[in-house]
Amino acid sequence: MDIWQAVLITVVTAATPLLIAALGELVVERAGVLNLGLEGMMAVGASCGFAAATLSGSSLVGVLAAIAAGAALSALFALLVLGLATNQVASGLALTIMGLGLSGLIGAGFVGSGREAIPPIRIPGLSDLPAVGRLVFGEDPFVYLSLALAGGILWFLSRSRAGLTLRSVGENHTSAHALGLPVIQVRLLAILFGGACAGLAGAYLSLVYTPFWSPGMTAGRGWIALALVVFASWKPLRVLFGAYLFGGATVLQLHAQAASLGFPSQVMSAFPYVATIVALVLMSLGRRKAAIAPGSLGTSFVPDR
Amino acid sequence: MKTVLKIAGALAIVAGLAAPAAAADKLKVGFVYVGPIGDFGYSYQHNQGRLALEKALGEKVETTYLENVPEADSERAIEQLARTGHKLIFTTSFGFMEPTLKVAKKYPNVFFEHATGYKRDKNVATYSAKFHEGRYVQGVIAGKMTKSNVIGYVASFPIPEVVSGINSFMLGAQSVNPNIKVKIVWANTWFDPGKEADAAKALLDQGADIITQHTDSPAPLQQAEARGKLAFGQASDMIRFAPKSILTSIVDHWDDYYIARTKLVLDGKWKSEDTWGGFAANMVNMAPFTNMPDDVKKMAEDTEQAIKSGKLNPFKCPVYDQEGKEVPCKGNGALSDEQVLGMNFYVKGIDDKLPK
Amino acid sequence: MRLELVPRGDVSPWARALAPVAAVVAAILIGGLVVALMGRSPLAAFQVYFVDTLSEDWGLQEMAVKATPLLIIAVGLSFCFRASLWNIGAEGQFIIGALVGGILPLYTAGTEAGAWVIPAAMVLGALGGLAYAMIPALLRVAFGVSEILTSLMLVYVADLTLDYLVRGPWKDPKGFNFPQTVNFDATLPYLAEGGRLHAGVLVGPALALLAWFVISRTLFGFGVRVAGEAPKAARFAGFSANRMVIAAFAISGAAAGLAGIVEVLGQIGQLKPGISSGYGFTAITVAFLGRLHPLGMIFGALVVALTVIGGESAQIALKLPLDLTRAFQGVLLMCVLAADALVSYRVRLVTVARA
Repeated sequence: MDIWQAVLITVVTAATPLLIAALGELVVERAGVLNLGLEGMMAVGASCGFAAATLSGSSLVGVLAAIAAGAALSALFALLVLGLATNQVASGLALTIMGLGLSGLIGAGFVGSGREAIPPIRIPGLSDLPAVGRLVFGEDPFVYLSLALAGGILWFLSRSRAGLTLRSVGENHTSAHALGLPVIQVRLLAILFGGACAGLAGAYLSLVYTPFWSPGMTAGRGWIALALVVFASWKPLRVLFGAYLFGGATVLQLHAQAASLGFPSQVMSAFPYVATIVALVLMSLGRRKAAIAPGSLGTSFVPDR
Repeated sequence: MKTVLKIAGALAIVAGLAAPAAAADKLKVGFVYVGPIGDFGYSYQHNQGRLALEKALGEKVETTYLENVPEADSERAIEQLARTGHKLIFTTSFGFMEPTLKVAKKYPNVFFEHATGYKRDKNVATYSAKFHEGRYVQGVIAGKMTKSNVIGYVASFPIPEVVSGINSFMLGAQSVNPNIKVKIVWANTWFDPGKEADAAKALLDQGADIITQHTDSPAPLQQAEARGKLAFGQASDMIRFAPKSILTSIVDHWDDYYIARTKLVLDGKWKSEDTWGGFAANMVNMAPFTNMPDDVKKMAEDTEQAIKSGKLNPFKCPVYDQEGKEVPCKGNGALSDEQVLGMNFYVKGIDDKLPK
Repeated sequence: MRLELVPRGDVSPWARALAPVAAVVAAILIGGLVVALMGRSPLAAFQVYFVDTLSEDWGLQEMAVKATPLLIIAVGLSFCFRASLWNIGAEGQFIIGALVGGILPLYTAGTEAGAWVIPAAMVLGALGGLAYAMIPALLRVAFGVSEILTSLMLVYVADLTLDYLVRGPWKDPKGFNFPQTVNFDATLPYLAEGGRLHAGVLVGPALALLAWFVISRTLFGFGVRVAGEAPKAARFAGFSANRMVIAAFAISGAAAGLAGIVEVLGQIGQLKPGISSGYGFTAITVAFLGRLHPLGMIFGALVVALTVIGGESAQIALKLPLDLTRAFQGVLLMCVLAADALVSYRVRLVTVARA
């Protein structure tokens, strides 16, 4: 396997959990809800996914458990912000604190055990093609799923009727309600979807990326995923670009270090963050107006009857 | 119905147990960890030491730990232990040094033990382990086993312990293979499995065929296993994570030290001192040597034995720095303890720069 | 089946004040149940977690010390959040404040420099935080770049900058090359014997008072409120949106920077990596827990501080795992938020969909 293909495969692995979590959050935010609990939901997804996969011996069961766990935690968030109209920012942060704690309690019994990573897909012939075989035809299933997810969400938001409803709810919940759209129900489904994605992203960490569980293994990826949604101006394909840019910058700086270019390691480690800011500035140079967030983002909705 | 019964039972317990049971006659020993005990690395091993202490002296001691204590916020955590009757408190990370000293001044009757620091007081002792002895053995093995002559080193932060580890590894490797190259990636974290895995992949992609690490998670090891390359484990025996590619692990072994120090308190003989032990003191162990031919195994065992018996010092003079200048020899035929404990230079042959 | 919220209209201040108490009670019931199921005594847990901390002089002092950086940052952030600006990089501004403010005590350590170092360092710290907050503010004003992303990314950059300095140029020459500066001579004095209540704890309430005055009594405060609640009206009334971005970020950056240097001078006494245990992020919770109201934020900061200290006590006295105390912290915060909502709304369970 030549080095470029190997490097790109590493980039794909680094980007995929960010991409999955960010895509889920994008749908939530397009429905007008800000869920800052990504880090907590990912952590619970990672521990539940690993625990279920180990106990059942099946990776698929692990993945499903992680999805369910992420969705369950997001249901609690939905109860607070939709049912009781609590402040979304504070509720999301509280969810993160609770999620990190829960993840530790669930995973405690699994410290020190590892498992085989979910293997990459092999298509005879295609996966062995020179230069691109492994990269294009030999990734793990999550990678293809994340790409399908990006495409599916793009189609859903821009082409489907339900997507239009979701966007109207996010842009202006008052007029959406006046039009008879079920604001709360739409938001509930969006939040559950976001939670499921976060759980799935967590499962990617503990079942593919580094197949073991340990506390704090999300290491801030939930926050980066949140930032990527903003980076993408709430557009699915731009999330894809952002996740791969960030993953690429991370891997690039590690390679630059291994090649000992002589910069202080702190400068190299700061590179992905600075690169993301610079990229966003460059992208906004061409535009006159700022990227606009969904109109109702972060505000509670209480219908007056 | 079952839960109702459980709750009723719990309430019944409450009625009789409103005040926590006092165990006044037992010596209370406290531990403060910088990471989670589930890291399966540094803090995990300290906690194994605590458990060993409970097992050995369970009749006479009661132990408590606080995990994941942020360094800047640790003074309160340490004081909480001191004011709740703990008479011996182990603070197990360098960043706890100043907070430990501050609390110790306020509680002159409590004994403190600070790991990896250099400041002591009447009631503050220090202890650390000569991890670099294990690194030297690793270097010898790597020097023998590598085919590409390139070793990948996933490092955390450039503190002396890590730098002396890199140097010791290099000296060990050079002793059997003069052409060896070490590539270093600083992850700038002790624990981020994903980033550690990416660092290991980058090193493997750049031609390394053996990975060693001074970060805490088993992720780099797993990457080596997945690529069919070789690797070393860190802090605990990590063989379960890479049975086919692990060569050995450096195991932090605090059990004996914790038991010995606690016994001293029980006997009223504790005094402040500095302990810096390696193989000989049983504070650093090598996990079984695996996945290597017998002659390499023999060589590794001999090296370990030579260091243990004092015949071999990893930093025996002459030591040359990166520019090829001889480092002043301030110890007895080897670099002095101070030179190793405060190490901030690389030895000859390492192609990386340290922040000055 | 669904929940329906009915606004209660006028809410008595008593109800507002009692809501958090009810929330704590609810959280205690939930937590107590879990503790009981684990076979430990819920009463003992309650005693250790709440009563001991709140009834002892030492516990109260520690609570104030822990709450101080949270409160100072939250007060500053409330200006941003009121104006609907999302500064989530207070953590970075905190670190840069500590670092810039730390220059003076660092270079005067071991000299005869007088007490002027402390106020000067605090001013510098605030300016440092302010300057760092200007990066996202100016990027937003000039290029329309979202402040959420830039402020968050700059947290990591600030962290690495501090890391570089204390490992490189600023490290203690006698410190065996460990990452730390020398111990500062200039530190804030203690206010009481035996505890760690340092003079910096006075900064929080003073700032809260000042913020209350500015928000409710000045034209600028009015502008901040209007900018958040009715941006179009604000523009109509002649408040420049761009100037509001700069001003709100300047205030919150300066406050975070001040918190950073106060924490260093009052609690830590030197610069080293990890001087913040996530204060900049936790302060966001505090700000909203207190509904962005100065009094409320004092309460919010104290609640968070209590959960940290109480959690430690529970780990020590009852050997409960850290993760359980953390999960409980989340539950408690959720209960406080929910109680606050229940004061404003009546919740009705509607079982049949409306026709």
